[in-house]
Amino acid sequence: MLLEVEGLCVNYGHIEAIRDISFGVPEGTVTTLIGANGAGKTTTLKTVSGLRKVRAGTVRFDGKDITSLAPYERVKLGINQSPEGRRCFVGMTVRENLDMGAFVRKDRKTQAYRDDLDRVLTLFPRLQERINQPAGTLSGGEQQMVAMGRALMSRPRLLLLDEPSMGLAPKLIQQIFSIVTEINEQGTTVLLVEQNAAQALKRSDEAHILETGAIVRSGTGAELAGDEAVKAAYLGGDV
Amino acid sequence: MNKLKALPKPVKLAFWVLLAILAYALPILEPPIISTPGVDFGGVLFVVTMYCLIALGLNIVVGYAGLLDLGYVGFYAVGAYTAAILTSFHANWPLLLSLPFAVAATTIAGLILGAPTLRVRGDYLAIVTLGFGEIIRLVAVNTEWLGDRRGISNIARPPSVMTGEDGGVVVGEAEPGLKGIFEIPHLYWGDGTVLVDTEDTTQFLVFGVLDQIPYYWLGLTVVLLVLLADYLIKNSRVGRAWEATREDEDAAELMGVPTFKFKLLAFATGAFIGGLAGALFASRQSFINPDSFLLLFSILFLAAVVVGGQGNRWGVLVGAFLVAYLPQRFRDFDDFRVLVFGAALVALAILRPEGLFPPRRTVRAKQMEHELEVLETGHDDGEEAARV
Repeated sequence: MLLEVEGLCVNYGHIEAIRDISFGVPEGTVTTLIGANGAGKTTTLKTVSGLRKVRAGTVRFDGKDITSLAPYERVKLGINQSPEGRRCFVGMTVRENLDMGAFVRKDRKTQAYRDDLDRVLTLFPRLQERINQPAGTLSGGEQQMVAMGRALMSRPRLLLLDEPSMGLAPKLIQQIFSIVTEINEQGTTVLLVEQNAAQALKRSDEAHILETGAIVRSGTGAELAGDEAVKAAYLGGDV
Repeated sequence: MNKLKALPKPVKLAFWVLLAILAYALPILEPPIISTPGVDFGGVLFVVTMYCLIALGLNIVVGYAGLLDLGYVGFYAVGAYTAAILTSFHANWPLLLSLPFAVAATTIAGLILGAPTLRVRGDYLAIVTLGFGEIIRLVAVNTEWLGDRRGISNIARPPSVMTGEDGGVVVGEAEPGLKGIFEIPHLYWGDGTVLVDTEDTTQFLVFGVLDQIPYYWLGLTVVLLVLLADYLIKNSRVGRAWEATREDEDAAELMGVPTFKFKLLAFATGAFIGGLAGALFASRQSFINPDSFLLLFSILFLAAVVVGGQGNRWGVLVGAFLVAYLPQRFRDFDDFRVLVFGAALVALAILRPEGLFPPRRTVRAKQMEHELEVLETGHDDGEEAARV
């Protein structure tokens, strides 16, 4: 397991956002957390990236306990998050955003860095066109690409994606998801949080369904996509 | 600015050199339009350079790192008091030896203040720093060791370079009998004529009591050095980390930026420059007391940064110039000048809320907001559908 979450509990004040969640992300897979609004998906992801403190439980990355590490220390270990709502640096150009993603890298003047930049721009050709444009002037979909590309520039071993399809047109959602698959095929492990259950389940090796702060179902993507109860609750019949 | 950027490099360089020479020559030329009747022009210009220095320092804290500091005068005071204590009150050090200590003391003060307070965000930070500025002043008022209300006098001046009685070069305290290595005559602006006035001269590099022009040169030189350092740091990894932290602290942290450390660094760098300005100011005045460090100054310093355009080093320099110079230029208005100054600030806040010269980024952020608005209202249906 690349990532292991065990007995995770998170509170917002007196409200329990997450109650005793345990799951793992095997290396090389796409693992998905799906669930409705407020189920605790984003909170779970935030505890993995370190933005949110836990009340109880441990987060282990590559066998190492990272529960008490700050977010920036986790980035150095190889975890990077594309946060909910993209959160691009709107005043910076696309290139500067990508460059910020590589902030922890020490090889920023080498060929390896340029290769990674090329790789990101091949994944997202639109960013090449807009490379010197401020990120704030891009459309929602393009900003999503910036956020994902930025996260990739740190060469993460584990990429956390928080609702990459949020607010995008259906055609763009398809495109974003196929890029997620491509990123995974290039060797990056992905932990995905999604409301778009149909697309997410189709693309994931493993999936967990969250309801009010607890995991209620787990299985492979195909299993859950075929499950009648899951279909009724999250796939809205014929998707 | 854009036209300037398009020029070939040698032309640009020549332009900057010319501008610098002009700045150095300003008090010698003393053109009547910008001269300050009733106050010593060299003295006003010296104060302007101090404000420029402070604005550059505060701009790092407020403009680059996005931390609202309402107690910047506290750092200025720490620098001034350290220099004062070391050169006159408790020791007899030369000024140049005390400068590193003054700056170090201020930087440490910045770290001590920043370490606990930079964990809070926004409004709280403003309140805490406001308190810090006042605490420093009140400590000075109530501590005999710091000269209490009476202040500290006879603070050392910078070393002068003079011609000795035997014709050789002497370096040390300015003495009435000794002259500078050369004299620079001032210009005299008569009615329609401009004359070189050989009676009215500035002794080159003699830091005396009356002629303030050498202090201005010193101040200007320090401003230029800080400006260069500012340019280098802004375009470095540190500058980018500050920018990311200011734009979105969480996102910056997710990119691997230790935001707390970088905020602390901004605070300490700002304090460093503030302390330097304080020490130079104390040396020029030769006398300080707690009234030189009222809360009002914190507000004026912040006004300089905000008026000029926080985040843009040239903007804040203009802001500093206006805040320090305008009240002196329009002394004729007497007490009304404060009113006029206030009215000008209000007008500016309404007409140019981002300051006179906002940084490129702010302009772009505005554009983007507008474009996004158009985009969102235009494509509302598509977005809604996509959410299902």
